[in-house]
Amino acid sequence: MIKFDGKALLGWVDARFPLTKLWKEHLSEYYAPKNFNFWYYFGSLALLVLVLQIVSGIWLTMSYKPDMTQAFASVEYIMRDVSWGWLIRYMHSTGASMFFVVVYLHMLRGMMYGSYRSPRELLWLIGCVIYLALMAEAFFGYLLPWGQMSYWGAQVIVNLFASIPVIGPDLAVWIRGDYTISDVTLNRFFAFHVVALPIVLLLLVVVHIIALHEVGSNNPDGVEIKKNKDPVTHLPRDGIPFHPYYTVKDIVGVVGFLIIFSAIVFWAPELGGYFIEDNNFIPADPLKTPEHIAPVWYFTPYYAMLRAVPSYFETQVWGVIVMGAAVLIFFALPWLDRSPVKSIRYRGPIYKSFLAAFILSFLILGYLGVLPPTPFRTALAQFLTVVYFAFFLAMPWYSRIDRCKPEPERVR
Amino acid sequence: MNQVLKLLLAITVSMATGAALASAGGVRLDQPAADRLDAASLQRGAQAFVNYCLPCHTASFMRYGRLTDLGFTEAQIKAAFVPPEGKIGDTMTNAMRPGDAKAWFGALPPDLSVIARARGTRWLYTYLRGFYVDETKPTGWNNLVFKDVGMPHVMWQLSGLGRLVEKEYAAHGEAEAALSKLKGVAELVEKHEASKDGKETVKYVLRSVEAGKGAMQPDQYDSYVVDLVNFLDYLGEPAKNKRIAMGYVVLAFLLVLFVFAYLLKREFWKDVH
Amino acid sequence: MSESTVDKGKRRFLVATTSAAGGLATVGAAAPFLLSLQPSERAKAMGAPVEFDIGKLEAGALATVEWRGQVVWVMKRTPEMLASLKKTAGVVNDPESKNKGQQPDYARNEWRSIKPEILVLVGICTHLGCSPTKRTDLAPADLGADWMGGFFCPCHGSKFDLAGRVYKNVPAPTNLVVPPHAYLSDTRILIGADTKPA
Repeated sequence: MIKFDGKALLGWVDARFPLTKLWKEHLSEYYAPKNFNFWYYFGSLALLVLVLQIVSGIWLTMSYKPDMTQAFASVEYIMRDVSWGWLIRYMHSTGASMFFVVVYLHMLRGMMYGSYRSPRELLWLIGCVIYLALMAEAFFGYLLPWGQMSYWGAQVIVNLFASIPVIGPDLAVWIRGDYTISDVTLNRFFAFHVVALPIVLLLLVVVHIIALHEVGSNNPDGVEIKKNKDPVTHLPRDGIPFHPYYTVKDIVGVVGFLIIFSAIVFWAPELGGYFIEDNNFIPADPLKTPEHIAPVWYFTPYYAMLRAVPSYFETQVWGVIVMGAAVLIFFALPWLDRSPVKSIRYRGPIYKSFLAAFILSFLILGYLGVLPPTPFRTALAQFLTVVYFAFFLAMPWYSRIDRCKPEPERVR
Repeated sequence: MNQVLKLLLAITVSMATGAALASAGGVRLDQPAADRLDAASLQRGAQAFVNYCLPCHTASFMRYGRLTDLGFTEAQIKAAFVPPEGKIGDTMTNAMRPGDAKAWFGALPPDLSVIARARGTRWLYTYLRGFYVDETKPTGWNNLVFKDVGMPHVMWQLSGLGRLVEKEYAAHGEAEAALSKLKGVAELVEKHEASKDGKETVKYVLRSVEAGKGAMQPDQYDSYVVDLVNFLDYLGEPAKNKRIAMGYVVLAFLLVLFVFAYLLKREFWKDVH
Repeated sequence: MSESTVDKGKRRFLVATTSAAGGLATVGAAAPFLLSLQPSERAKAMGAPVEFDIGKLEAGALATVEWRGQVVWVMKRTPEMLASLKKTAGVVNDPESKNKGQQPDYARNEWRSIKPEILVLVGICTHLGCSPTKRTDLAPADLGADWMGGFFCPCHGSKFDLAGRVYKNVPAPTNLVVPPHAYLSDTRILIGADTKPA
């Protein structure tokens, strides 16, 4: 009689694939600082949302038709005729917005606790690339329902490229594959959204995690736990194994997130027009622009900046440059910060004020981006754009002169 | 850190309320007293929809058979709604040829499957009560909510012939008071006039639709439209009631799971000092 | 970390209950995804029962009707054809339609039909899905002198008699399928449902 021997089977696998090794390296013997707080949930939550988006996306692809004449109807087909299609679609649409909520909070965490500082610069850069890829993924995906907002949103964003001097107009045509947003555009956006970018995102996320586990996690005190190891065990004194301690903690975060996520999916999937816009229930009409168009909320801070910059020398490329710079400037953060400490806990009042001003400017710009422009709003957006950039550009100066508190030796 | 959280929360709340206020302006949109769980109202609305909307419009994403959601039996649906040659699994399309529609109304009547999601129930409720006689228009109708609309008032026999009434007020407060007293569809517009000496004077014009005499009293007609709008809302998302009801089950379960997960975490974290 | 204070029983209990509840949540989340793979309302509508007028069908003729994208034959058998079924009963595999999956109960008789002369069959060979041909010519050269009329599958040579019963020693394992059907009137049949719709 054959007796099942789990240990022998594991040994057989381990001799051929580093299963136990991977488990130890990344979970049971990955030592993370013991003082993670609320803000440290968003990394694992981003991973959860990614999985959720991929699974619900695969299912949507089974019934969606990337065809100009059928796309809108196929979404409604999913909402009505496919059993449980409505739930899967709302999961995906809510997931898209929640992805940005989680990622923005994850980025803010990194900023507050100096997680981009040495030795985690590369980790931060990979994260920034993930953010760019996510924006592209969201942009391509937003065209697919082929509603009025999908169509005109894509129209406006593709036209941003047209404002680039000399090559712009040809570039826009090349991106669309046509002289206007058309069936060709829809089909290629579909390919990018469901095949190309998900692969890129998955790879980047794996690389991000490998980089994180190489340098080790930062923490709210900004202290390097690897500097203080037990002489006998050689384990960080302030570290605890990720599994089981952070797995059980992250489960709490996951369930908490799912409570909010489900409340939106089941009770307010449009979330007052922020997650699904009213105008997107009107099929795309290339001959009729809606009265007021705004991108989805997660792009509106940048959109507000774009609108706030006037055109000089008969070109509107400046707004596009500002908008692009506003995103790309995150890449420079590790080299802009000259503070002796990492965490906001030990920073002085100047940094705290600048960070608060930055958060406020980002949120208010986001809100202004939703509204139609008025002279006052444009002036406010201009001011806030300056505040936004000042946070970054003045950082080499203010981060050095700020009155910091001494960083502790051990985490608290 | 807690301060940052509080700040984020405060901003989120102010954004949510701000968005609600930002959509003001134009005709006052009335809230229909519709109940999404009222099967009788939905059934009356379905009947009104088939009688008055479906002759010209379509609901091409909706299948007749789905009306069982509203408490109809399949036999009732077949008898009352499905065209003689149609099947119960068909979608709600009509016999009108697109060319004819374009010739009659100047534009193709839009598909109504998701109209409630695009326009909102308040807009629909006000729009369907906002028709008035306007001899200058090809259809003989105009609408206070949707200016120069191509659609004629198909339910005029029920509501009677509405008339546009304009009243001028010199003071804004007076006009506001008059507006709040009016029950029907109304809007307040500013009228800028240049007097002879070149000075600009502002007058406040209260434009409202005065109900005519139809087969129904104004209140009856309003409640008829409430039923219709209630149905249109259902039509926009047939799974809505199921979705909301399921939410309670899912959330209750997740809350229980949360308690277990929290206790588990607390138990393990006793190790960490 | 002091292992001594750990209440192992409590810990095990909490791991078990949380895992169970989490497992339940996973099953609950997976359910809509699995259920969404069944035929959609559109597929159901397109696969709805179809009506067919048998009034104009001539004796011995076969009409094809499409139901759920499949070929369905409606054939009006002549008295001679019905008589041939008594003779083929000896050479077919399952003369009494014992295999329940191949026909509704009301077609488990020697004619495999509700009314003896009207045969309704899904015209798809039970071997590998080809559509057999009607061969009512008697004793042809290719099928042999004892051929009494029936259906012949050109793909792999399966033979069926005029009730769709499969011959012995051919590739097809079972009789041709009789789909659910009902009489709406003397001349109209409904293919795809057992009963008249309410």
